[in-house]
Amino acid sequence: MSIYIRATASISPQKTFGRVPFLTEPIEYTGNRLTCVEPDYKGLIDVKLIRRMSRIIKMGVAAASECLQEAGGVSPDAIITGTAFGCLEDTGLFLTRIIQQQEEMLSPTAFIQSTHNTVGGQIALMLQCHHYNNTFVHRGFSFESALLDGMMLLQEKEASHVLVGSVDEITDSSHAILTRFGLYKRLPGSKGVDSEGVDPKGFDSKGTLAGEGAAFFLLTDQPSASDYARFDAITTFYKPHDIRDIQDQISSFLTVHSIGIEDIDLIITGNNGDTKGDTIYRQLKQTIFSRSDSIHYKNLCGEYPSSASFALWLAANIIKTGAVPAAVYRDHEDNRFRDGNDDLYQEGNDDRHQDGKSNAIRRILIYNHYQNIHHSLLLLSAC
Amino acid sequence: MNADVFVAGVGVISAIGNNVAECLSAFESEQAGMGPISYLGTVHRQEIPVAEVKLSNEELAFRAGVSSRISRTALLSMIAAKAALEDASIKDLSSLRTGFVSANTVGGMDKSEDFFVDFLSDPRKGKLRDVFQHECGSITEWVADQLNIRHYITTVSTACSSSANAIAYGARLIRHGMLDVVIAGGTDALTKFTLNGFNTLMILDRRYCKPFDEERGGLNLGEGAGYVVLVSEQAAASLKLYCRLSGFCNANDAYHQTASSPDGTGSYLAMKGAVERSGLRPSDIDYINLHGTGTQNNDMAEATAIKRLFEPHYPRMSSTKSFTGHTLGASGGIEAVFSVLSIRHGIVYPNLRFRTAMSGFSFVPETSFSKNEPIRHVLSNSFGFGGNCSSLIFSKL
Repeated sequence: MSIYIRATASISPQKTFGRVPFLTEPIEYTGNRLTCVEPDYKGLIDVKLIRRMSRIIKMGVAAASECLQEAGGVSPDAIITGTAFGCLEDTGLFLTRIIQQQEEMLSPTAFIQSTHNTVGGQIALMLQCHHYNNTFVHRGFSFESALLDGMMLLQEKEASHVLVGSVDEITDSSHAILTRFGLYKRLPGSKGVDSEGVDPKGFDSKGTLAGEGAAFFLLTDQPSASDYARFDAITTFYKPHDIRDIQDQISSFLTVHSIGIEDIDLIITGNNGDTKGDTIYRQLKQTIFSRSDSIHYKNLCGEYPSSASFALWLAANIIKTGAVPAAVYRDHEDNRFRDGNDDLYQEGNDDRHQDGKSNAIRRILIYNHYQNIHHSLLLLSAC
Repeated sequence: MNADVFVAGVGVISAIGNNVAECLSAFESEQAGMGPISYLGTVHRQEIPVAEVKLSNEELAFRAGVSSRISRTALLSMIAAKAALEDASIKDLSSLRTGFVSANTVGGMDKSEDFFVDFLSDPRKGKLRDVFQHECGSITEWVADQLNIRHYITTVSTACSSSANAIAYGARLIRHGMLDVVIAGGTDALTKFTLNGFNTLMILDRRYCKPFDEERGGLNLGEGAGYVVLVSEQAAASLKLYCRLSGFCNANDAYHQTASSPDGTGSYLAMKGAVERSGLRPSDIDYINLHGTGTQNNDMAEATAIKRLFEPHYPRMSSTKSFTGHTLGASGGIEAVFSVLSIRHGIVYPNLRFRTAMSGFSFVPETSFSKNEPIRHVLSNSFGFGGNCSSLIFSKL
């Protein structure tokens, strides 16, 4: 049975939402925190609700709504959400009030909106959708679990149109705490960083850039002319022993789906600028991925546990448009930035892609790991 | 994709007992687990009764053989999940593909609450070891690591229906041939966060809760963990089995973020879907383990849905939350264990403190404990915030 991506919508630190050109005006970030470019929610969400909703709820509901609109207003048979951190803003707010007001005279709104299934529940409410509704909250597997759930529902014939997505937000508190855990690059002037500082885009330093985003997909078992791509497979693996184990997992994933690495036209990897974490991608680039074209995506959206949803949005759009936007970093051993001469890249003055569609990229493999704990492989191809 | 999924083991810890035997004994002697707050540090100590697990973090950690610094949510999970796995006594577990699908709603909030006090005064303060388990997923992961489970790990969080959805998802992973064994269920510890949250919603009963009673006045919060060990037909061959997980359904009420619709649409769809998917008729259900929180809203919605689906042949029913309190994300797991035990021993649990039937309904919950009854099919309900409603059906082999 084949599964198709009928529609997708993304709110990210780039201009990705709505009917906009595909990453033609990338936003460059200089700090270590990439914040979503939010749309005007009026017209997307009931005005009365906008005021009450926190940022993550608005982003999630708007992305879901836009995705369904693109799919022609289809009513989904299932709504499945992944979120690693949940509704941090409301959680932080309620926690702060509990402490500051010594558990007295609290208002329920922040508590109500702090539960992890708030976004999924609000989407169901907006659509009056009584069908299947689930929320996964497992760190770097949150989005992947939601995707697998959606695929299984389609295979079980329990559903024919499944809305799957993920949402994660950064708040000032979460950024401060995760910085203390050493997740992010230290900026010039901060403790422990020399006067020259560290280029946050540099690929040879400790830590990554904080990211966030909401992305939703309409998966269906019924093909149509407007589909982005076919979604072929997903697998996850947990805490691999070593690089050999990772290579074996990738090889067996490809074998199970009867393809070889040479059948992959483009690999999207989750390099996030952290020297240690990126070593894995570098080792793969020298071995199993050595003859494949590959790109990264986290310079665009930052690092967050459910970022594979941004990668899937990117991959679906690359397959649909047939080209890789110039804003995407190409993975080159000796060149951290894109190689403008490569065939894969869109060039305004390049007549090779004048037909607007190249058949070069028919199959994309996404490989991402979150802190070398959660690893995932996603495979999609042209319809 | 419709292959049978069996229950080969159960494990539970709740306010009425630290294991299956203690819980069953409490049911038989009708000993509820509610009482004044003794472990949770809160200003509401004297005022709001809760159903706490009767062990301190140190005592829980000692039983689990781990550090007491970790979240209570993880400690409870570890004890019940380990018990379930031991109960299943699967030889050569390492040769099978095993998954851990656990649910919770609070994550390590019990520790985050401590961290936040210092953090609010100065963002450089607060011990980081108190927030490393903040995420719901990190609770699951810590327990999976302790149990050495690595083939598949995930966490579900759909408020009070979380564990039921974890069990259904685990069963589907087996049906799809991805795993042979799944430990599925959930855990939640009492926290100031949830106590105050439910308190602001004004749905906490200051007395012991009275589910499905006309005079009901709200719920009592509880805590605990409950897991079932699900196995594939192949893995089941050499095991002693409790029953079959014959059907499940997830539906959404789509009415309000926290309140249930007056006609119980979501509850009705979940129960109806589960009955249909198990290939049964409503009249085949012998016992319903109710969601039965004791709030005006839930019990009215659930009763209305039951009336719509079952009238005039009502199964026997009760809310075991009258013993354990509402354990939120753990409730579906804990009540799945009780449902499985109902089939194994033919038990119908009493619904404590019931006196007056809800007006407009001709059925009443069971008020006394009975065992060795002919119980073939048990329906377990879990409904929650966000309109999330799920029902599971366990059937005798």
